[in-house]
Amino acid sequence: MTQVVLHPMLGLELAYWQETIIRVLLGLVALLLLTGGVVYLYLFKFVSFMQSRLGPMEAGPYGSMQLLAEVGKWLQKEDIFTEDSDKFIFGIAPAVVLASTFLMFVVIPAGPNAVVADLGTGIYFVLAMSSLSVIGILMAGWASANKYALMGALRAGGQLIAYELPLVLAVIGVVISAGSLNLQDIVAAQSDGAIFGWTGIGNPYILTQIVGFTIFLIAVQAELTQTPFDMPIAESELVAGYQVEYTGIRFLVYFIAEFATAVAFAAIASTLFLGGWQLPGAWGISDGAMNAIGPIMISIKAVLLVGVVFWVRFSLPRFREDQLQKLAWKVLIPLALANIVVTGVMKVVF
Amino acid sequence: MTAVTDRQKLQYIAAKAADSRVNVELETEGMILNMGPQHPATHGTLRIVAKLDGEQVVAAEPIAGYMHRGYEKLTEVRTYPQITALVNRIDWLGSFANEVPFILASEQLMGIEAPPRAQWIRTLLFEMSRVANLILFLGDMGVQLGAVTPAFFAFRDREFVLDQIEAVTGGRFHPNFDRIGGLKDDLPKGWLVETKNVMNKVRSFCDEIEGLLMNAEIFATRTRGIGVIPADVAMQYGLSGANARASGIDWDLRRDAPFGFVYPELDWKVWTHPDGDSFARFWVRLQEVRESTKMIDQICDGVPGGPIMAKVPRIIKVPAGEAYVSTENPLGEMGFYVVSKGELAPFRVKIRSASFNNVSITPWLLRGVYVPDIITILASLYFILGDIDR
Repeated sequence: MTQVVLHPMLGLELAYWQETIIRVLLGLVALLLLTGGVVYLYLFKFVSFMQSRLGPMEAGPYGSMQLLAEVGKWLQKEDIFTEDSDKFIFGIAPAVVLASTFLMFVVIPAGPNAVVADLGTGIYFVLAMSSLSVIGILMAGWASANKYALMGALRAGGQLIAYELPLVLAVIGVVISAGSLNLQDIVAAQSDGAIFGWTGIGNPYILTQIVGFTIFLIAVQAELTQTPFDMPIAESELVAGYQVEYTGIRFLVYFIAEFATAVAFAAIASTLFLGGWQLPGAWGISDGAMNAIGPIMISIKAVLLVGVVFWVRFSLPRFREDQLQKLAWKVLIPLALANIVVTGVMKVVF
Repeated sequence: MTAVTDRQKLQYIAAKAADSRVNVELETEGMILNMGPQHPATHGTLRIVAKLDGEQVVAAEPIAGYMHRGYEKLTEVRTYPQITALVNRIDWLGSFANEVPFILASEQLMGIEAPPRAQWIRTLLFEMSRVANLILFLGDMGVQLGAVTPAFFAFRDREFVLDQIEAVTGGRFHPNFDRIGGLKDDLPKGWLVETKNVMNKVRSFCDEIEGLLMNAEIFATRTRGIGVIPADVAMQYGLSGANARASGIDWDLRRDAPFGFVYPELDWKVWTHPDGDSFARFWVRLQEVRESTKMIDQICDGVPGGPIMAKVPRIIKVPAGEAYVSTENPLGEMGFYVVSKGELAPFRVKIRSASFNNVSITPWLLRGVYVPDIITILASLYFILGDIDR
């Protein structure tokens, strides 16, 4: 925490609060840029090509400014509060969801020093923060005074809590392998690792923890409430679930939160399983250079993983609520527990 | 055939309700969920009032009538040639198919038969409107279950079929092409070759849908065993078309009453499925699209020459009498009961449309299912609101 991020490059001496502000602002910019990029790349273009259409083409070259136009449109719309809604709760619910998303980014490292807060229990913090969004969703569903919203929120509550378990259990395999809850240590353990003595690409945990990785991705799909696990917002049955009464900027906040969370989870997955920002330690790149290369590395990995999320989202139909719970409790959790046992045994053996 | 009495129904509801409360100490009030008239799952303005216990439906009631356009009454003040323009708006996705039973009934009253070429082309367009209609069902079923992509494929490939219909009739949605005694025009040059190309595209679309949707495991878990209609119940509620065939009733008016069509001369098959669930209804319709493309190919090869219009008086006055003709439309059996008093306009027309009967089973079908299953069942029953309300 006392390291000064810009010192080696710019020769600046910064106070702790100045440094923190810079880190937060950089993090925020990176987060919004990534989110916008992901929305354009996948929601607008990738999906359009999947569905044999072009997607937005008018705003900017190849429609690249479409998102700005959309945001402008949302900002202009009337911010409607329904008559029976609990105005205060209804108003702050999107902020709660967005806050939980932003807090997840706090500990995700993008370089040796490029991290807002390097907590000792980083992964624990991330997973805890990710489950905060349930509260915001339940608030939204209840305060909307709408049956569809209420059903959507209750479904979301059940679903997010059920999938929190496989998510955490899948991560435990990595934690056992790395021997640390700190995300920087997990990254270092992967880059310094070796595959049977060969250090060319380090040892990303996707190789040894492929089961954990798969469970993690499935659980992430459910946590993000993306198809095939999108019953909370199921547009064909619940119209939009807990978002049904939201308009204008508050809907925009949900929209940003949805995609920012996708980026966050993808960044966590690439940190845990794909080696994070680090290039293999054996390549001998200096820390200063890694502070510049790292963010690019983790962005590429995260964006690719978000692509997987959207690929699945636009290929599959959705489960029913009870089938989803069955999948979590009867398949994923036992599998994750078995994975932990196997990982533990292997850790002792090797 | 076992009839389901009201008493049995009530017992069933009570048992279901008790079941779902068995471990709950605090008895909670049920919730009434009003789906529609504006709801994405009802593709139109059908309203479903569902009494819920948690996510389980205790009772559901469809309320139709939000789109009533009074076609039966309107036909009484239109001349016979004008009526086709009205009735092809009933099932707006398979519009040419709506005109045919009315025209056939009028022809029956007048004692006219269309020349062979007209009958062949009539059958051809009839099947093409079936293809255009059911393609959309195949894609829409995906949307209702949460998979958006198949719908785009459906719209893409339906466009080719609509283009072909437009090339002949001049109208994509409302051809108004069928005439008493034949057809309005002949086929354009080169149309038959192009149609066979389009049918190849439709067949590859069917393969695509089969891979993307029907073989997906999630699709099977969402549809298999959901909304099972036994054959006897299907008959009691007057289900027709693919809904009846999916319940194992081997009944297709194209084969059993092909009056005015050339179906007996074609090589095709009536598909049935023994299960009667949502999956079966999807499966049967998928096979039907394939069967239709095969039929269209055969018609393209076999359509004879000759006139397309029989000798018909300039001013059509239908002699007094009554006739009922029903045909196997994309949605099921559609019948026109035409009563004439020998005037320019019919005295009375009663329209028997398939969707009205197909939806009438929903109160029986929606008991004890979950809320997402309502959408699966409604989507698989496949109704068009114009066809319910008329």
